[in-house]
Amino acid sequence: MSTTEPNLSISNPHPEDTDVIQKVALVVACFGVLILLAAWANVALDAAIFMPIAIISMIGGTTVYGARSYLKQPEGIKNNGVWHFSLTSRGAFAWAVGILLTGFYILLYWFPGYVGFVQSGENQGLVALFDPLSMAIKGRPASQWFMYGTLYTIAILALGMKFIFKYRHNRYQLIRTISVMIAQLVFAYTIPEILAALNYNDVTTTAGEYAGYYDADIKNVWPLDYDFFYSYHLDAMQEEAYQPVGMIYLIAGMALFLVGTPVLTYLIGKRWYCSWVCGCGGLAETAGDPFRHLSSKKLGAWKLERWLIHSVMIFVFVMTAVTLYGYFTGTSSVFGLDIYSKFQKPYGFFIGAIFSGIIGVGFYPMLGNRVWCRFGCPMAGYMGIIQRFKSKFRITTNGGQCISCGNCSTYCEQGIDVRAYAQKGQNIVRASCVGCGVCSAVCPRGVLKLENGPEEKRYDLPPIIIGNESVKISD
Amino acid sequence: MHNIVIIGNGISGITTARHVRKLSDHKITVISAETDHFFSRTALMYIYMGHMKYEHTKPYEDWFWEKNRIDLKRAFVEKVDTDGKTLHFSDGETMGYDKLVIATGSKPNKFGWPGQDLEGVQGLYSYQDLETMEANTKNLSRAVIVGGGLIGIEMAEMLRSRNIPVTFLVREESFWDNVLPYGESQMINRHIKEHHIDLRLATELKEIISDENGRVKAVITGTGETIQCEFVGLTVGVSPNIGLLKGSGIETKRGVLVDPFLKTNIDNVYALGDCAEFLEPNGERKSIEQVWYTGRMMGEALARTLCDKPTKYEPGHWFNSAKFLDIEYQTYGWVWAKAKDNENDFYWEHKNGKICLRLRWEKSTGKLLGVNNLGFRLRHHAFDKWFKEGRTVDYVLEHLKDANFDPELYKTYEAEIIAQFNRENGKNIQLKKKSWKRILDFVS
Repeated sequence: MSTTEPNLSISNPHPEDTDVIQKVALVVACFGVLILLAAWANVALDAAIFMPIAIISMIGGTTVYGARSYLKQPEGIKNNGVWHFSLTSRGAFAWAVGILLTGFYILLYWFPGYVGFVQSGENQGLVALFDPLSMAIKGRPASQWFMYGTLYTIAILALGMKFIFKYRHNRYQLIRTISVMIAQLVFAYTIPEILAALNYNDVTTTAGEYAGYYDADIKNVWPLDYDFFYSYHLDAMQEEAYQPVGMIYLIAGMALFLVGTPVLTYLIGKRWYCSWVCGCGGLAETAGDPFRHLSSKKLGAWKLERWLIHSVMIFVFVMTAVTLYGYFTGTSSVFGLDIYSKFQKPYGFFIGAIFSGIIGVGFYPMLGNRVWCRFGCPMAGYMGIIQRFKSKFRITTNGGQCISCGNCSTYCEQGIDVRAYAQKGQNIVRASCVGCGVCSAVCPRGVLKLENGPEEKRYDLPPIIIGNESVKISD
Repeated sequence: MHNIVIIGNGISGITTARHVRKLSDHKITVISAETDHFFSRTALMYIYMGHMKYEHTKPYEDWFWEKNRIDLKRAFVEKVDTDGKTLHFSDGETMGYDKLVIATGSKPNKFGWPGQDLEGVQGLYSYQDLETMEANTKNLSRAVIVGGGLIGIEMAEMLRSRNIPVTFLVREESFWDNVLPYGESQMINRHIKEHHIDLRLATELKEIISDENGRVKAVITGTGETIQCEFVGLTVGVSPNIGLLKGSGIETKRGVLVDPFLKTNIDNVYALGDCAEFLEPNGERKSIEQVWYTGRMMGEALARTLCDKPTKYEPGHWFNSAKFLDIEYQTYGWVWAKAKDNENDFYWEHKNGKICLRLRWEKSTGKLLGVNNLGFRLRHHAFDKWFKEGRTVDYVLEHLKDANFDPELYKTYEAEIIAQFNRENGKNIQLKKKSWKRILDFVS
């Protein structure tokens, strides 16, 4: 098939369709990004003025652009040109964005100095731009992680707004997207910063003594939050100065893993987490939405997925068991192996940084938006086992209505060959399904429905597809 | 072990092949001149619109065929010699068979309009048509589509996805009104216009005008109006693609004539799908069924016959679906464009003008005969079961929540529908809560 001329836009291939408001909104959003780049390049900007301008421009510009682009079209599925645009079909633009994102993560993780973080002394560059916000919230300069958390939240909010306009006809998508936006803004971003501001976390006393830090994003559950049981983390949650908040986080963290997760996953599937509240999922469903069709649907990819995700799960279980052993016995090695250098450090480096960050997000434009969630995330792996074997959740198929067109499989970010089930009239019960609901949305014949129902007959393969009386079940 | 050769790798031929393999060890060869592998014809439009690439329209990965010992041959069958049980290909090669299956599908209709073979004038059925359309629709100032059916509206949507101005000539008074009743048809008319498609109802094509290079430059309508355009889509239906059977002795009329077992007049030669014409139509069904689902069902039946379990093609209750731009359409049972004398009719439309439900039932018994739903989804299993059990319209409305198939969290319309039904029919039907027990019973 000959392709059409490459195009650099995400949502609109036809410049004649871009009106003045859209163009202005786009310029405004780009201006916000330009401020970030200028700050990064150490252009002398008054951060107190330019940081709010940047944030408002990026969120406001993207929102207006999304609203204008989608609201002037009739509501419906908006996938026109997805495989024609450079950015969304692994073209040159996609490579550029992928390299930029990957580079950003490498600097963030290992060379924070290059994004402007200064350990002792005044921040520079990009990190310095966020100093006023950090000062305003908790009275101390920004770290590279504060900068990253802020940008991450902006990405989910701005591109979440775009997604809302794109799917305004679909109430499931609407409510789900509002949920991931609130989860990020409130639970992952605001509450932790407020707790720090109220001296319930990350406190250095006037005497200069550091009281410790714990992850105050309550929904960031172990094993996704792999350092939950690290001694510094357990100690911080038990730190006297942080009570009762610290203990609440300790108890809630364990209860969510042991009780909340299995119960909720049994009742409604792992989607309660993966596509409704999770931060990684939140970014994937908003900023990552234009790349969801890039996941591989090959059988080989599914095989790889099962090996990889369960290997990571075993890795995190072993690493955590060893960590707890060390914590309670007070030793730093097990069987002669150093717990930090042989377990924690490799997990943090290979899984925490390279897999979830660099490959997980940096490779969005190449491998799709859910590489980490599908191949790596141990939390997803844990819930996947529950969802596959003991859950009420399934995607019901609608009798004989499937026409095997392939939209469902193509737009499945988890690379599930949804069509393979739909065309047999079989429900989709798969460990990896995050319940985003896009297969159901893009189906042109009303074949797919995510729902929670009795476990009975949940994944029966019907002997025949209904509508055909030629073939009797009895013979 | 027989040597089964299937001409055509569409849904009919491939379903036959797959089910023969499930049931037997026969040698299976599938021949196609169109593509190396089976793809979903209904998805061609999405390739043009950039929703998918060709590879995504293939329901099975390429290794599937070898693994299941289904031989694929890319060739064009020019002649069928039923006496010698041999196929003659366009490159001079031949191939023998024990049992032959003709699943050659359709070709677009052309009704002898002046200029219908000009460059830039085409139908849309095959993968090659799509490639031609890709080449034919560069730098257009306007496209004209002739024929108000399913392919016509798809072609309009395809062209609009690239912002090409489209004039849509529909001979009928209203879009697809030989199938859709008034309300549904009017709804789609409005939706077509909402997509900035220049819809011309009750307008016929008279002539296609050529430029100096033999390319279309305009059309003239029945009213004498000239519309400048560089592309004309002819979407006035399709006919069985059976040219290869000339002189084969296989009886044909419009399609290949078959009995209920999908057997032709010649032993060991069968036909199914779009290209088959039933000597005796099935109930209310047409003698030629050009639908994805019927092709699939014929394949499921024929595979059994080929494996020595003679099986009639006995389709169950009619169902179909389509999507008109953004509005989904499903139908179960029979809903004729106009209610028959023995039928009652009910039509509900949401105030947004994009969602509706139509019911037809027998006056004397109250038994439900058919349903059209646009803009929302209904469960196939529910209606299939209700038709089999001969449920009345009252029963169906009472249990309508069980049939709702819209995504979770969607607003529901059952209460509004039933209130209107009660008002119009002097009834007092009470809506029952959704019951999983009943829903699971549909499936058993």
